[in-house]
Amino acid sequence: MSRLLEWLFGRLPIGWLQLMHRRTRFGAALAGVAFANVLVFVQVSLMNSMSLATLKPYDFFQADIMISAQDANSLSEGGNVARQWMFQAMQDPEVTAGMGLMMANVSWPRVQKTLTLTTFGVDPEQSGFLSPGIADKVALLQLRDSALLDRLSRGLPRDEAAAIRPQSSASFEVSGKTLSINDTFAGGGGFGGDGYMIVSDQTFLDLFPARSSAAPDHILLKVAPGADPDAVAARLRKIITDKALRIRSYAAAKAEDLVYQQTKRPTGIIFGFGVLIGVLVGIVIVYQVLSADVADHLSEYATFKAMGYPRRFFLGVVFEEALILAFLGFIPGAIIGTAILTLMRKATTLPLTMTPGMATTVFVATLVTCVVSGAIATRRLSAADPADLF
Amino acid sequence: MANTDPIMVRGLNHWFGQGEARKQALFDINLSVVKGSLTVLVGPSGSGKTTLLTLMGCLRDVQDGSVRLMGHELLGANRALTETLRRRTGVIFQAHNLHDSLTAMQNVLMGLQVHGLRRTPETEAAARHMLQLVGLADRTDYLPANLSGGQKQRVAVARALVGSPEVVLADEPTAALDREAGLAVVRMLKQLGQARGTSTVMVTHDPRILDLADRIVEIDEGRLT
Repeated sequence: MSRLLEWLFGRLPIGWLQLMHRRTRFGAALAGVAFANVLVFVQVSLMNSMSLATLKPYDFFQADIMISAQDANSLSEGGNVARQWMFQAMQDPEVTAGMGLMMANVSWPRVQKTLTLTTFGVDPEQSGFLSPGIADKVALLQLRDSALLDRLSRGLPRDEAAAIRPQSSASFEVSGKTLSINDTFAGGGGFGGDGYMIVSDQTFLDLFPARSSAAPDHILLKVAPGADPDAVAARLRKIITDKALRIRSYAAAKAEDLVYQQTKRPTGIIFGFGVLIGVLVGIVIVYQVLSADVADHLSEYATFKAMGYPRRFFLGVVFEEALILAFLGFIPGAIIGTAILTLMRKATTLPLTMTPGMATTVFVATLVTCVVSGAIATRRLSAADPADLF
Repeated sequence: MANTDPIMVRGLNHWFGQGEARKQALFDINLSVVKGSLTVLVGPSGSGKTTLLTLMGCLRDVQDGSVRLMGHELLGANRALTETLRRRTGVIFQAHNLHDSLTAMQNVLMGLQVHGLRRTPETEAAARHMLQLVGLADRTDYLPANLSGGQKQRVAVARALVGSPEVVLADEPTAALDREAGLAVVRMLKQLGQARGTSTVMVTHDPRILDLADRIVEIDEGRLT
């Protein structure tokens, strides 16, 4: 390693030799960097999983424009939208279809745990609004009190989910009615519920008699091939007389929901602070190590100054140490972080994974963190005055 | 004809502190060091010997007067010039100041690396030769923690001399050495002066060295006597 670094730097790897000389401190420093890495990994992964979980239900549908109530910051929030606006929107020549989307939570009491299922009520006649994995089972929704269940729901045994077929349906009681689960689709638990369920609008209204088909939660629209959803949405904002409505392209609605979840909801803010705290912990740990190392070697550095070594040499030594800590601290951090995420994924069914992109991002952040710490620590170098050696 | 003295000091004054605490340490110093000579600075503690040494080695800023080192004026010298001149100067401290995580060989190589020389068989041979000259041929891979005080000082001497400096400034270099080792080091410095034209200025209280000096300069209370 020493020879490799010497070949890389074109000089004796003073930073590496200094770190290796005090191995206990070096080990503690690596543990600290690894700990900061684990913090960041977990928080970034939680943020990422929140993004994936937020966007997941949008993937069940295929729409170009979504009309929502003014206070509907996300798919699951906000008041209802009068269906008349769907009909008004369809007067636009480039709007080709519309569907009301209803949502509510359904509880499935089970022996071990009651599952909370975010349930969508859709019009089975409008299968074009459903994603392929759901649309090809839409005939089952035509049956009264029939449902499609998210087979990745948290708390639902995989073998039990796999056994659900039209020929071997499962059933449970909701609001005094027996709901038959005739097939499944792939969803996944989110932060708001254990999984998803899709029923027809009629079944939905049977389950929730207080709801009305005239007031869905959102209105989904499709536009003609080649039409620009943003342009159509802008036009609809002028046509539709209720100016309080949020009329956005489906893509814009997804993006705004994501930003809302990450910046306005407590979970997103907490995860964001978690990342910040991880980075700050990393900066403090690396700074402490580097500044202590500089302080310990002030007389040696002063000697090198007296010998004529330029300032960039000392900066190079400090940054060399910072980069070594970043590289070697990242490896155990990534391994431990992956293990923790695997455990958390099994426990929560949240999409907690460490993607290569995330790993790269965290590694780059680690490098930047260590370099920033190194830059702060170099301020101590000015205290190395060769005249003090005499 | 241009003056070729590697060190020339004219009308040098120096102060420490500021305001009412300001105290003058050197008074109107005039001194020339001849090429290849061994000059010894003597005087009581606090007389200004070390201050003068650090000013000549551009380790301290010149405040008033003139110090010319290898032909370059140090009054108002910028950092680049200072670093260049330091590279051409060998400095031996009373405390060895070896890098604790580097072996004796690596510490000596630092004296070559400052000139941009990478580790090669040639530079290693030069460093080994220098360690051999100071009697440490069998200690090249030792860390300073495993060397005695005298051995550390000899490594420091080797580090200062391996780059073939034109001027050597030494502050009590034999303080940690026994009689024989101390004399050996000073003889080596003197031989360097004769062989390479290296000029050495040495602060010492060691009376054994005075016999080897080409010139003895005495300072008392900041003035040459």
